[in-house]
Amino acid sequence: MDDVERAFREAHGPAVATLIRLFGDITLAEDAVQDAFTAAVHRWPQDGVPDNPVGWIVTTARNRAIDAVRRSRRGRELTEQIAADRLRAETSAGPEDPEPMHDDQLRLIFTCCHPAIRVEHQVALTLRLIGGLTPAEVASAFLVSEDTMAKRLVRAKYKIKAAHIPYQVPDQSELPDRLRAVLSVLYLIYNAGADDVGRGHLRAEAVRLTRVLVSLMPDEPESLGLLALFILSDARMPARGDGAHVVLLKDQDRSLWDSALISEGQALVLACMRRQRLGPFQLQAAIQALHCAALRYEDTDWTAIVRFYDRLIAVMPTPVVALNRAVAVAETQGPETGLALLEGVAEELDGFHLLHAARGSLLERLGRPREAADAYHRAAALARTDTDISFLKRRCAELTGDVPAGPPC
Amino acid sequence: MNQYLLSVYDVEGDGAGAPATPEEMQAFMGRVIALEEEMDRAGAFEFGGALHGPDAATVVRGGTGLDKVTTDGPFVEAKEHIGGFYIINADNLDEALAWAGKVVEAINHDIEVRPFRATGRLQDAPGR
Repeated sequence: MDDVERAFREAHGPAVATLIRLFGDITLAEDAVQDAFTAAVHRWPQDGVPDNPVGWIVTTARNRAIDAVRRSRRGRELTEQIAADRLRAETSAGPEDPEPMHDDQLRLIFTCCHPAIRVEHQVALTLRLIGGLTPAEVASAFLVSEDTMAKRLVRAKYKIKAAHIPYQVPDQSELPDRLRAVLSVLYLIYNAGADDVGRGHLRAEAVRLTRVLVSLMPDEPESLGLLALFILSDARMPARGDGAHVVLLKDQDRSLWDSALISEGQALVLACMRRQRLGPFQLQAAIQALHCAALRYEDTDWTAIVRFYDRLIAVMPTPVVALNRAVAVAETQGPETGLALLEGVAEELDGFHLLHAARGSLLERLGRPREAADAYHRAAALARTDTDISFLKRRCAELTGDVPAGPPC
Repeated sequence: MNQYLLSVYDVEGDGAGAPATPEEMQAFMGRVIALEEEMDRAGAFEFGGALHGPDAATVVRGGTGLDKVTTDGPFVEAKEHIGGFYIINADNLDEALAWAGKVVEAINHDIEVRPFRATGRLQDAPGR
């Protein structure tokens, strides 16, 4: 990404948000900002990148938008003199502040992640409007055709306009729920990037957007917790393999972990702890911070990790949390106990490959290789990425003594 | 000010939560009347009504140049059908959803909220 491209991506969210406040129309705002970017592409190489690129984009886009509104008005004047008069009065009134306001982006984030919009549309809108990705980039991020993504964006924007989804930060009574929706969208964006090396840039995008959110709402500990979770996960990414192989946590070369990111993530976790308003993301970040604190796998403080899982499951009693907690408990109380806990969620998570992978690992430790091989076999059949499938097949083959990748695994 | 249609959906054969005894019916009516008065005081109440069952519906099909065909309705054979509705005034979707939440609570039915644009003489409707 070159300087101009980076400036565009960073200017997109604030510029579109400001234009929406001024003109009350998302499509008009998007088009005007796009026009301003086109103007910048011509002008900046000659005149140099302005000191305040966002301000430049907003001012240019605002002028373009006023032109666009006037043009469409002039057409209407012929048939609708009265309406045109009223609109002209509105423009001349124009007391609005064209400077990007602190709250503009925040309002837009909450609009994009409004619960009346379906989640996949929330994600697409957030990446498009706040993230500044092109519709083609959003499409490839979610492995759908450009055409499908364009329709999705049009539908979502139609809903916002027709249903009058408000452009405002929710009031205190609704804020916790609404913020949770925003954080889940960011979480989805990050995970799409973490699951697939080819879409790794989505991790960076999620981190950037979360940093924006944290800067806008510095007193919300769950946003900080999510940021810490992302950073600590990013820190270990270099040791997770090149995408062609799975490298388990216990086998990772910890010297490859990014110590600067770990320090930043741990500092964020500590800052969260001090606020004493621990929510699910902060607890997950705390668990990751403990993993990152161990210089060797053997040094992992599993007792503390289980304690955090106990608190996590109390506020977020999902089967996946129960699965992760069972794996941690196996480290403190032995594989037998862990296995018994897994049975509790076996039915609910029967279609989830990681349940069977975890069972395989615990059965292996209990000296039950045949059952372990069966579990890995089942996990391989359910896994989605080639990397996971080949890893699980190899585990299965090792246990049955077969040639790697040979039948029956 | 914008308007929204709150459609109250009945599910065929699902009597769960419906008032069964005269006392329950009375309590139900009490809740509905109280809510409608609250909407009215807030300037949100525009119009409301209840529909007879889908068995009472008739469908008329046809268009320009086509013969009109009248058939026993409803238009869509489904388990869910609209049992009643409100037209309300609200500044934005959040405000409409807040009223919708109160309706759901009062009548114990799921509802759909849709932006509405009056094209006729809604101002003549009762309740105005």
